[in-house]
Amino acid sequence: MPRPAFDAERVRRDFPLLQTTVHGKPLIYLDNAATSQKPRVVIARTEQYYTTENANVHRGVYELSERATAAYEDAREKARAFLNAGRASEIVFVRGTTEAINLVASSFGRKELEPGDEVLITAMEHHSNIVPWQLICAERGATLRVVPMSRRGELLMDEFAGLLGPRTKLAAVAHVSNSLGTINPIADIVRQAHARGVPVLVDGAQAAPHQPIDVRGLGVDFYTVSGHKMFGPTGIGLLYGTAERLEALPPYQGGGDMIKTVTFARTTYADPPARFEAGTPNIAGAVGLGAAIDYLCGLDWPAVRAHEEDLLAYATDRLSAIPGVELFGTAAHKASVVSFTIRGVHAHDVGTIVDQEGVAIRTGHHCTQPVMDFFGVPATARASFAFYNTRADVDILASAVQKAAKVFS
Amino acid sequence: MADLSDLYQQIIVEHNRSPRNFKKLAHPTRGAEGANPLCGDQIRLEVELDGDRITDIGFQGSGCAISQASASLLTGAVHGKTADEAQALFRAVHAMLTSAPGAPVDTAGLGKLAALAGVRQFPVRVKCASLPWHTLRAALESKAKAVTTE
Repeated sequence: MPRPAFDAERVRRDFPLLQTTVHGKPLIYLDNAATSQKPRVVIARTEQYYTTENANVHRGVYELSERATAAYEDAREKARAFLNAGRASEIVFVRGTTEAINLVASSFGRKELEPGDEVLITAMEHHSNIVPWQLICAERGATLRVVPMSRRGELLMDEFAGLLGPRTKLAAVAHVSNSLGTINPIADIVRQAHARGVPVLVDGAQAAPHQPIDVRGLGVDFYTVSGHKMFGPTGIGLLYGTAERLEALPPYQGGGDMIKTVTFARTTYADPPARFEAGTPNIAGAVGLGAAIDYLCGLDWPAVRAHEEDLLAYATDRLSAIPGVELFGTAAHKASVVSFTIRGVHAHDVGTIVDQEGVAIRTGHHCTQPVMDFFGVPATARASFAFYNTRADVDILASAVQKAAKVFS
Repeated sequence: MADLSDLYQQIIVEHNRSPRNFKKLAHPTRGAEGANPLCGDQIRLEVELDGDRITDIGFQGSGCAISQASASLLTGAVHGKTADEAQALFRAVHAMLTSAPGAPVDTAGLGKLAALAGVRQFPVRVKCASLPWHTLRAALESKAKAVTTE
């Protein structure tokens, strides 16, 4: 029997903000790669935390603090399951992917990078997977190397193999490109890197909203996600590190909750994950992210994937049929992201004009200026789809883009 | 409700399509770079001064229609003016762009630049229109010959 199609209209009702209007028109939210909307269960869970459980974690001996700690650690366990990590202690709560990468760059870099060592990234990284490595490389006298990509936006894997050298200390790669949508061959990348003894960090910010992640199946050493891109609150994210890797890392920030003993002469540090969670964490954010993960786990993922692939194919067809529209990022394996330009029309003008039709898309360099330079464009417009988007959304986008082309024709 | 036709008036669309003085000067007296790092608009503006008078002006760069048209209109408006007159025009345009939508615009002396008034209804786009003007001011206030022609 064929699988029932994914009912996007039904899940839309779970997201209060999708019912809103802008400029008197229904909101067509197509900026999911920037941030996603939140289902009611996430909003309600966050409110419930503040109304019934709020206290500091890992500190009080009183009942309320135990409740808060239980909620916080329960969220960690949900995150472990979502990423298919082996142990909850391999999950560190952070502010988001940016902080997760900065944490690894700083702690791993200070311990492992020597002058002349190399860190390998790719041509399609988000600035958050470029700049932290530039900072630590400059500090340690190390060199940043970049795996190039094709005009379709696919990594040149032969070049990757060639760049893995004796001085390579770490490879940091996006799972899914935020500006091109490319899904990178992570398992292959990890296999090649590990064959040379090189650990791999994967920026999963754009992957987690589209699929449950299997960090053990992928074999990664570090994996990072942002809660707000996967239907959870802002200001919360996850760093996964294997127990062995996290155990070997020095602390990132110092403060409360990350210590075993403190004297003025000497401090000893807590085991992971506490070692990397200095200060009072974003407890409500973690609990809200746990609710988002519960929501995601309730979805029929094969059906979600088929739905998003249909949206990608339909949007690609509709937009490329408009005269003057050029698409960027045409990899064989893509997430539901469509980056495009209209000949003679700057992306910001496209953004303003489609906004008048209620359509929210991102315009600019998408924090990937090297990608824009590679394609020789100052900016693109980007429609990025989540499972709650529909073909009707694509139709409204396409007619709004036609209108933008007409204003400047 | 903001009206697109106020933003993309014909004169704006036309100056974006065929920007005036989109050129590099052979002998610039002063110049400056301007950029909106968050949206990626970039402009390089050069002026040639004879004493205090702007005898030639050119800009290059890339950006949205608003920033390109604003730069094009700027070059036409300040050509032949003194630096002080150009500064006065900067203040008038700046006041117009940052005034409340719907507030009366004092178009006296603004000429074609009044077409930029529609930008007020689109607050996130105001910085696009003002970028060339800030760049002009930086150029006029830069040290003479501080900018090379490479």
